[in-house]
Amino acid sequence: MKYTGKVIKYGDNVDTDVIIPARYLNTSDKKELASHCMEDLDKTFRDRVEGGDIMVAGFNFGCGSSREHAPIAIKESGISLVIAKSFARIFYRNSINIGLAIVECPDAAEAIMDGHTVEADLDNGVIYDKTTGESFKTQPFPAFIQKIIENGGLVESIRNGDIK
Amino acid sequence: MSMTMTQKILAAHAGKESVSAGELILVDLDRVLGNDITSPVAIKEFEKIGVKEVYDREKVTMVMDHFAPNKDIKAAVQCKMCRDFCNEKDIVHFYDVGRMGIEHALLPEKGLVVPGDVVIGADSHTCTYGALGAFSTGVGSTDMACGMATGKAWFKVPSAIKFVLTGKLNRFVSGKDVILHIIGKIGVDGALYKSMEFVGEGVSELSVFDRLTICNMAIEAGAKNGIFEVDEKTVEYVKERSDRKIVAYKADEDAEYDEVIEINLSEIKSTVAFPHLPENTKTIDEVGDIVIDQVVIGSCTNGHYKDLEEAASIIKGRRVAKNVRAIIIPATQDIYLKALENGLLKAFVEAGCVVSTPTCGPCLGGYMGILAAGERAVATTNRNFVGRMGEVTSEVYLASPAVAAASAIAGKIADPCEIVKE
Repeated sequence: MKYTGKVIKYGDNVDTDVIIPARYLNTSDKKELASHCMEDLDKTFRDRVEGGDIMVAGFNFGCGSSREHAPIAIKESGISLVIAKSFARIFYRNSINIGLAIVECPDAAEAIMDGHTVEADLDNGVIYDKTTGESFKTQPFPAFIQKIIENGGLVESIRNGDIK
Repeated sequence: MSMTMTQKILAAHAGKESVSAGELILVDLDRVLGNDITSPVAIKEFEKIGVKEVYDREKVTMVMDHFAPNKDIKAAVQCKMCRDFCNEKDIVHFYDVGRMGIEHALLPEKGLVVPGDVVIGADSHTCTYGALGAFSTGVGSTDMACGMATGKAWFKVPSAIKFVLTGKLNRFVSGKDVILHIIGKIGVDGALYKSMEFVGEGVSELSVFDRLTICNMAIEAGAKNGIFEVDEKTVEYVKERSDRKIVAYKADEDAEYDEVIEINLSEIKSTVAFPHLPENTKTIDEVGDIVIDQVVIGSCTNGHYKDLEEAASIIKGRRVAKNVRAIIIPATQDIYLKALENGLLKAFVEAGCVVSTPTCGPCLGGYMGILAAGERAVATTNRNFVGRMGEVTSEVYLASPAVAAASAIAGKIADPCEIVKE
């Protein structure tokens, strides 16, 4: 799994209420959810996000509600990968379950700045900041999680008979 | 291999003698829960899996509580989607308007969770049922869909923090103050991925409802679950509601904990979490002058009968301050009825409060009490993130039912002990 994109960066404790405010949860339409993604934190996000962009954030990204609408809105906005210092646990499993690539890497999340261009090779556990030339090591996913991602999500893993 | 309470429940449901922290396991589910916001996404995913029926029509549970009674046409469509699915699959525990309550108050009340159970719910506050000695945790809609289809979920076995409780709570101090105090101490990611296990002689001093409130907000410290040791109070509460067998797990004496934190309940004061994180806590004597526009008493955290009773003991015979809108939301129909029969609702209305049907409504900024720019609310709810109850510049102060009630009377954040003196 390799990703290249321009970075959009946020701070610590980005909660699911700012990723997708509850007032929009009266729908599960992916495009509509994406059209309100991040709007209570960053009104410029919708205009500047481009397909393939990489979101970088601080500690406890995705804390709060269990709404799967949050990773769905991020993915549908075109974000290809989220790098954070740490993730809230429900957001973490939801992202894996819907096939949004995420990776925990405190050093990378600290050093990489908004607007930088980043290449991430998750198979080999390397994040490369093309703007500064700095490289960072990450932990590969456990095999069980890798399998879910390879299948394209949890539903597909069940359909493929990997989870019975 | 020694285990924590949580690990023992997970091992039993994974068909293993023992499990250890970090291990990935597949566990059998005793209940799979969803609400009117998360279930529609889960139903769409369920249909992709290609199975015809849910794994157990007694165990799949849906509660229409977030935007119900339907707040708008889109909410109506979502509730209808859940209703149609539950009718088609012949789901036993489908709770619609008239029978529903806020899910995490409703499930314990209906006896749908017993000690030793494993429960997942597509709602982050599913961790509430740890109060009854169950393992319960919030998941997303895809997990719910797969749980409905297979009766299983994958978990990474958590490590744990042990909270040893001693002493006894003072007047007007409750479970809400205990959990806000803990979150203030360890932070909003202080228990990230971990279990919070509550033990010690202080446990028996806490009502089941205080324990429900404490476990409810375990997620606000990032925890996977919160759990209390089962005691006589738990057994009494559960036996009145369920005939199912109770399995009470205790941690091994030599179980490993990442940290042990001692909490003396008698030292805890009324506590308020300032915007915009539950960890921004101050004790009531440090609050200062915070003038408010709205009070909300309710939610899955604090909409129990005991909470309304405590609020009514302060509000009865007094008047809500002129510039405050006070909204009371009993969490279930049974609580509503009991509050009606015992004169609580009359006391609230006479004081100038409004009383709503059960709904999550304002807690997540859905409806029934949205804040305008710059407005401030004291709420017995669980989150005070940016824009949580309305416009992005509005503010939510999290507090106990007693502090919320006192604040409604004073028109600013107030100490209940001061109000009842007047």
